[in-house]
Amino acid sequence: MLSRNAANLYWLGRYVERADYLCRLLDATIRLAALPATHGGAGTAWEAAILSASAAEAFASTGRRMTDTEVSRFLAVDPANPSSIRCCLERARTNARALRTALTAETWEAINAAWLEVQRFGTSVGETLTLMRLVETVKQSLLAFDGAAHRNQLREPTYWFMRLGTSIERADNTARLLDQKYHILLPRTEPVGGSLDYFQWTTILRTVSALTAYRWVYRDAVKPWLVADLLILRKAMPRSLAACYEDAVFYLDRLALDRGRQGPANRLAVAGLKRLEAETIDTLFQRGLHEFLLQFIADNNALGDAIAEQHLF
Amino acid sequence: MGAAFDEMFGHGGYPERVDPQAVRPAYAQVAAWLAASSQELLETRRRQAELFFRRIGITFAVYGDPDADERLIPFDIIPRIISAEEWAVVEEGLKQRVAALNAFCADVYGAREILRAGVLPEDLVFANPQFCLHQLGFRPAGGVWVHIAGIDLVRTGPGEFLVLEDNARTPSGVSYMLENREVMLRLVPELITGETDEGGVRPVETYPEQLYATLRSVAPPGCRGEPTVALLTPGLHNSAYYEHSFLADKMGVELVEGSDLFVHDDVLYMRTTAGPARVDVLYRRVDDAFLDPLVFRPDSLLGIPGLVRACHAGNLTLANAIGTGIADDKAIYSYMPEIVRFYTGRDPILPNVPTWRCREPEALAEVLDRLPELVVKEVDGSGGYGMLVGPHATAAEVEAFRAKLRADPAKFIAQPTLALSTCPTLTDAGIAPRHVDLRPFILTGAHGVTVIPGGLTRVAMREGSLVVNSSQGGGTKDTWVLGPGTDARASS
Amino acid sequence: MAGGADGHGAAVRLLIDHRTVYRYEGPASAIVQVLRLTPRPGDSQAILRWRVDVEADGAIKPFTDAHGNLAHMFYADAPLAELAIHVEGEVLTTDRAGIVGAGEELVPLGVYLRSTPLTTPDAALAAFARTIQHESPLSQAHMLMESIHRRMAFDPDVTHPATDAATAFRLGRGVCQDLSQVMVTAARLLGIPARYVSGHYAAPDHPEQEAAHAWAELHLPGLGWVAFDPTHGICAGEGHVRVAVGLDSLDAAPVRGTRRGGGAERLSVQVHGRAAPAAPPADGAEPDLFAGQEQQEQRQ
Repeated sequence: MLSRNAANLYWLGRYVERADYLCRLLDATIRLAALPATHGGAGTAWEAAILSASAAEAFASTGRRMTDTEVSRFLAVDPANPSSIRCCLERARTNARALRTALTAETWEAINAAWLEVQRFGTSVGETLTLMRLVETVKQSLLAFDGAAHRNQLREPTYWFMRLGTSIERADNTARLLDQKYHILLPRTEPVGGSLDYFQWTTILRTVSALTAYRWVYRDAVKPWLVADLLILRKAMPRSLAACYEDAVFYLDRLALDRGRQGPANRLAVAGLKRLEAETIDTLFQRGLHEFLLQFIADNNALGDAIAEQHLF
Repeated sequence: MGAAFDEMFGHGGYPERVDPQAVRPAYAQVAAWLAASSQELLETRRRQAELFFRRIGITFAVYGDPDADERLIPFDIIPRIISAEEWAVVEEGLKQRVAALNAFCADVYGAREILRAGVLPEDLVFANPQFCLHQLGFRPAGGVWVHIAGIDLVRTGPGEFLVLEDNARTPSGVSYMLENREVMLRLVPELITGETDEGGVRPVETYPEQLYATLRSVAPPGCRGEPTVALLTPGLHNSAYYEHSFLADKMGVELVEGSDLFVHDDVLYMRTTAGPARVDVLYRRVDDAFLDPLVFRPDSLLGIPGLVRACHAGNLTLANAIGTGIADDKAIYSYMPEIVRFYTGRDPILPNVPTWRCREPEALAEVLDRLPELVVKEVDGSGGYGMLVGPHATAAEVEAFRAKLRADPAKFIAQPTLALSTCPTLTDAGIAPRHVDLRPFILTGAHGVTVIPGGLTRVAMREGSLVVNSSQGGGTKDTWVLGPGTDARASS
Repeated sequence: MAGGADGHGAAVRLLIDHRTVYRYEGPASAIVQVLRLTPRPGDSQAILRWRVDVEADGAIKPFTDAHGNLAHMFYADAPLAELAIHVEGEVLTTDRAGIVGAGEELVPLGVYLRSTPLTTPDAALAAFARTIQHESPLSQAHMLMESIHRRMAFDPDVTHPATDAATAFRLGRGVCQDLSQVMVTAARLLGIPARYVSGHYAAPDHPEQEAAHAWAELHLPGLGWVAFDPTHGICAGEGHVRVAVGLDSLDAAPVRGTRRGGGAERLSVQVHGRAAPAAPPADGAEPDLFAGQEQQEQRQ
């Protein structure tokens, strides 16, 4: 496969995943902001959203006030924010266009439709209802994209590069989300149930669409260390770091098999997965959640670089 | 200029209702369909066709872009039909024409016999920017220069097909030929699959396979084993990008841009995830001037340094070869009948549109005499600039042009204003005649010439207009070439 | 030195030693170059020895270009921060009053009447060319050369390698490349086939002269190609080593290359070129003939 196409596929996977993550983040934030101030409230909810999107600096540089309208506009449709949903979809579509022949018609149409949808909303989202409609619409289009890719794309490097991008981006998003909230996940902030933190935890779970999953897995009240366990170590949870790395290893292995050669990216991914498998939530908390997550984000970036280098992007 | 010949009705004029008994035989079945269909039904079909193109068709790559609507070229659902007997002549004529174009290229870059014989003036070739001196002495694989040709034909009477223009560089439009057929198969399958006394509609969908076979047949001497073919596009923003990706897709070859390619040690490679992969045959849809910054424009960002050397070293075949622009140049066009005679020893089966070369004194005198009825074109002009259309010009414009013509006659050629044939076309006011032309596609490989039975029919959608260019509101039609028996349809 | 008629004197032995170093800000990748650095033997020059060394790892493939020049493709194996090309040779030249003599011509003469982007005249250059009229084409060619030599001052600071003839003529100054390109352009306007020549020049009385040089060749009835050096106002003679010809300076460029990355390019040229006695020393002992200088030039 042409290196340019491989790069386009990989980034297509990443941008779609990032847009999807932002949708879910906005969705969860809208709910959190709707609570009375004692349970979270609008101001802190949107501030947290900006942090969870790793966009604090970018937002600060706009000089705008931290209000729900401004933050949601910034994250959803601001053409000046390269990480807005709008811009992610724009880039995803550009990547897809450039490799049109590698995608099935349905996969292309799904990403094109997502892009067209977000265009319809213009560059401001006004009231919450509009934002919710945008989030819902984009989520649906991206589900259609994933579905089309999953159902129809040949299982060959085309598909694997795209999915590899998804895995790496997903791991990055989950790790950053957890790191923004690590202080409320620490076991010491305990008073269980009904607290301000309860809604923060459920917001995290909602952001990665895992609230129901949590209940199925633990059959327990929402406890912060279990939230961390679910999102870091549980392979059954598709957005957990362990699941992302299991996927990354799988797709990198496929690519290596196809090419008859493996390289540093394969080794880095396997090492990362092994580290996660060897970890328990207790040892992890003992050594420091924040430190762990920072290291993970750095390792994950290094893996991204190694993938690009190994496949000659 | 009298009433133009009509593809369906001949010289009979347009009736109130289509009578299937009163049309030229090739159109009998379509006429019956039109007679049985209401205007509403036809308009529904047209909308369905548009939807098809919007969804997965021509606008595939651009659907949603701000300029997508501009690129949605109108499609007319009434096909243009050519009978088997008519096509037999056209096909022979095209083969002869393309053989002459190839022979001409081989000769002007080789022995230059045609110039020694004085068939055309030397300076017309040597001073021509299209004459690529880097190709002097070059012999492409299989002796083929023009692998893919598109010859623009116009029709002025029942048996009168004329060549308006040769396209021997990077002719485009073949994707429209294929997509138009695809949409017609969905809209009116019974008309296409049906068999009449005139035969069935010959398939065009094998074009990508034939193109691929053609490209493989001209693998360079340095190629070991199965040749690797790739298609070079200028990129996403090129107006024909859709066609490039479409053809690459249908052939199953990589669609590459300049940045995907590099030359090392006189061999062309593409950058792949598994390392450099050798490319043997490059179907390039990039103009000569942008191919190799070490030989042509140094500022070309699309080009691949060393590409020309890879060709000359026998490690790469470019299709079409560099320098074929000399064969389809406007200044050369008027000599094509002589060129055809020189290389084939026969009169051209498809004549040129009569052309006066104003550089010749007698021709100039006649042109000046008949200026109000002629079309005068600049030899190196394009896009209709510097052109006089006598019948549509004011007396003052004609006189102004007369002065220009006298000042520098060698810059101009003149042609009569042609009555292009018309074809029934669906308009808001019902079925009406619109002028059409035809661009068939001809493939030349190491083992011979293949004429695709069909082509791109362009139609001037405005009443009375003779301009079929898509940039000026021209549309397209499916082109049906009828063939005898079912054998021609075996593959579909 | 003036005029082209020093007489068909004895052969002169010229030693050429020319080293060009390209230094890039950072490593430049995908370096591909066309080198037109190897002279063909001809009536006015016998090549006694000649070496081209590209001081980097890569593939070097010889070929003959459209104009019959002996050329090489160089493809660097790896990114380079610096690339040196060293040309060294010994040529026996004779003054034939600029007459190049018969050689195998691949390109039909008519092609040398064609203008290129670098040799497209503007109104001023065209008007100037039309003032040069004489019934004898040879005299006309001499008039043209002398006129350009008088009108255009040598000035290394006003033009650059991509300056076209019309611009240089408007400036009224330039280097040998500019003057030669003006001459080529004007000659073509007068209907005289003309081409650009790149080569080396070594004046016996100016041993420190820049060795890389350029001039023009005009095709005259009965004489064939005749070489005129408008920079010196002479026909090419025993000081000229003819290396490559082309339609313009780009076409005949000694080195034409492309690369990716590497930032700005800094070019340094070390040149040595001088005349030596015609007769080789009997015992093979070489006198030390090299006199060199270093020039620095800044390029985009």
